Amino acid sequence: MLRWLPEDVSTYGREIDYLFYVIYYITGAAFIIVTFLMIVFLIVYREREGRRATYTHGNTALEIAWTVIPAVILVVLSFMSVSTWSKVKAHAPESDFEVQVTAKQFNWEILYPGPDKKLGTQDDLMIENDMHVPVNKVVRIILKSKDVIHSFFLPNLRLKQDAVPGREILVWFEATKPGKYELPCAELCGFGHSGMKGWLFVDTPEDYEKWLKEISSKS
Amino acid sequence: MSESITAHAAHPVHAAHAELGFWRTYVFSKDHKMIGRQFLFLGLVMLVLGGLMAMMMRWELAWPETPVPFTGWISEPTMYEGVIPPQTYNMLFTMHATLMIFFVVMPIMVGCFGNFLIPLMIGARDMAFPTLNMLSFWVGLLAGVVMLAGFFVPGGHAASGWTAYATLSAKAAYTGVDWGQNLWIISLIILGISSLMGSINYITTVVNMRAPGMTYFRLPLVIWSLFITAILLLLALPVLTSALAMLLFDRTLGTSFFLPEGGGQPLLWQHLFWFFGHPEVYILVLPAMGVTSDILSTFSRKPIFGYHAMAFSMIAIAFLSWVVWGHHMFVSGMNPLLGTAFMMSTMVIAVPSAIKTFNWLGTLWGGSIRFTSPMLFALGFVSNFVIGGLSGIFMASTPVDIFIHDTYYIVAHFHYVVAGIIFALFASIYYWFPKMFGRMMNETLGKIHFVLTYIFFNLTFFPMHFLGVGGHMRRIYNPLQYEFLQDLQPINVFITVSALILGASQIPFIVNFFWSLFAGKRAERNPWQANTLEWTAPSPPPHGNFATIPTVYRGPYEYSSPEVAEDWLPQDRPLGREAAVARAH
Repeated sequence: MLRWLPEDVSTYGREIDYLFYVIYYITGAAFIIVTFLMIVFLIVYREREGRRATYTHGNTALEIAWTVIPAVILVVLSFMSVSTWSKVKAHAPESDFEVQVTAKQFNWEILYPGPDKKLGTQDDLMIENDMHVPVNKVVRIILKSKDVIHSFFLPNLRLKQDAVPGREILVWFEATKPGKYELPCAELCGFGHSGMKGWLFVDTPEDYEKWLKEISSKS
Repeated sequence: MSESITAHAAHPVHAAHAELGFWRTYVFSKDHKMIGRQFLFLGLVMLVLGGLMAMMMRWELAWPETPVPFTGWISEPTMYEGVIPPQTYNMLFTMHATLMIFFVVMPIMVGCFGNFLIPLMIGARDMAFPTLNMLSFWVGLLAGVVMLAGFFVPGGHAASGWTAYATLSAKAAYTGVDWGQNLWIISLIILGISSLMGSINYITTVVNMRAPGMTYFRLPLVIWSLFITAILLLLALPVLTSALAMLLFDRTLGTSFFLPEGGGQPLLWQHLFWFFGHPEVYILVLPAMGVTSDILSTFSRKPIFGYHAMAFSMIAIAFLSWVVWGHHMFVSGMNPLLGTAFMMSTMVIAVPSAIKTFNWLGTLWGGSIRFTSPMLFALGFVSNFVIGGLSGIFMASTPVDIFIHDTYYIVAHFHYVVAGIIFALFASIYYWFPKMFGRMMNETLGKIHFVLTYIFFNLTFFPMHFLGVGGHMRRIYNPLQYEFLQDLQPINVFITVSALILGASQIPFIVNFFWSLFAGKRAERNPWQANTLEWTAPSPPPHGNFATIPTVYRGPYEYSSPEVAEDWLPQDRPLGREAAVARAH
């Protein structure tokens, strides 16, 4: 099933996929055990002439076992998840590469700092739906929305974050492979929700500089 | 038990049903059994509507922007010669979920079976408040009429998802839907009143009107589940009602509870909605677990495995359901630390669900299993619940949820749980139909219905996991607009074909239901040789249910007991010393 996962090109995607696999194997094993037992019981204990069902109300030792074992597995899974979660969502690394993404019905407005490398100044550049970032560099995004809730989704970077009107939410990623990746909106945002998408271009440093010059000369 | 005896004594023993005319017997009835039947028919009509909407959505996803067969008659701007526009698609998934949750599963599992079973199974003549009970149905029906009216107003029906996230839902300009969304809100407020009346009635009845000897731990698990559900409803619905009222004020009076430009907070809606919404999931699934427990025990001819663990795990689920709502909001912009806390509580709530599953397996072990239609559907529910429960662990893990949130993985998960409830619902109908209508349903048609439904349910919903792993978003109208979803389109086509067959697989049920209603074999009192009290009443029970109120001597699951020759032992049959005492009376 997991072969359907899109290619991962982020620094933290591997950890997310690892957890995905761990849970997949644990739940897969649980599913097989339960289904196997159920089928066996249904065959072996089908109604037959002259056999009476076993009269029992339970088995305390067994019940304690199947309470404690899942509980332990689930607690371990929680603790395994904590570090990755806090890495992705709670502790954005410092970086000098910051862009602002403002979602609106039904586009992504991407604001670049321009030559002075500062957001919120006169020379900022605004481009709709095309996001260029350099490869192997921490990208910090200030995520905003003008109207309704949208969700910034980069399947190839295992990143999703809702953009909430009235809020500025800090998001980060670091892409590891140059290429062109789709950037759909993942939260219902109105009649144009389907088709609201942009592109993330992960450029080599040279390509990025070239694009930056091109775009600066245009504006 | 003295207080429950007095409660019964206060009731007229033979509430002269013969004198009631047509209107008071069939329409404005105060008899819990008739009200139960009324809820059943309301739910079944809505089930057909909600199902047809799902078929239209599936058509759109497999063959986007092509005309849906048989829909050419729907006028613009809802449909364009059978082609669904995006706005209508949004309306379809909003209303599919709204109808299925609020007008199918709740009326049937809680409204119908809650009403029908509680007095019969605890040995009471009726509900504690029969008039309130009647009002509960009629107010519920009014909510249904208001909800359906939304389809006929300019701008169309609500299109902001069943979760109605603000700000999208809070301003008409964002969706273009004006009175559709308002009626949606008003209908749910009215429905909340109906459910509150029902839940107060259920709680009062279970607490006060149990037959002599019917202690709490002799209650059938289905009654436990309905009792706990009623408590959850009583506590959760006021929160939804308040949130809905605030949303309506934002839309019509210009308040800004959820709009940031007026100082409001869009996330406040999500907190309030899911504070109701997660208990709501258990409101839907607990009665399904209850009926499954009863049916598995009856047809395994074996006591339920771990009765106390089953009851306590439902109580645990009910408590924990109040502290897991934030797992719907991991990527909403909520504080990540809060996300961690909600992940922990969510992992914990999986434990009582696991206990229930293992106890069901334990019930089958060593049984003498009869594969009747109700049993097959109950087993189908267990099988679906295993998949839905296990797939839930993926999204409980916050990092994994970052990727699968808002994808078809979620759609697959909640259909295995919530649409899986439909198996428990069918199991209940097949099981209690003889008691409800006095006739048996056809077993052959029931088995055909089960096999087809089970196969095509799985072929419809299981591949949705693959779509979700591929990153396929929910609530998108045309997957072909995305390059990374092109390779997944054959799965979408496969799902749609399966879904259409799943829809058609319900025809044997409809035929069976109506044919049996009028021409089925007459049912005896206890056709399944079951232990619980409803089977000691005639089929169907008269007004007042029991000739004399039964006395309860034991728990509900004494199957294959060594004390008797036959493999069932009704709750009200005295044995040994009890029999001597009973004779002496």
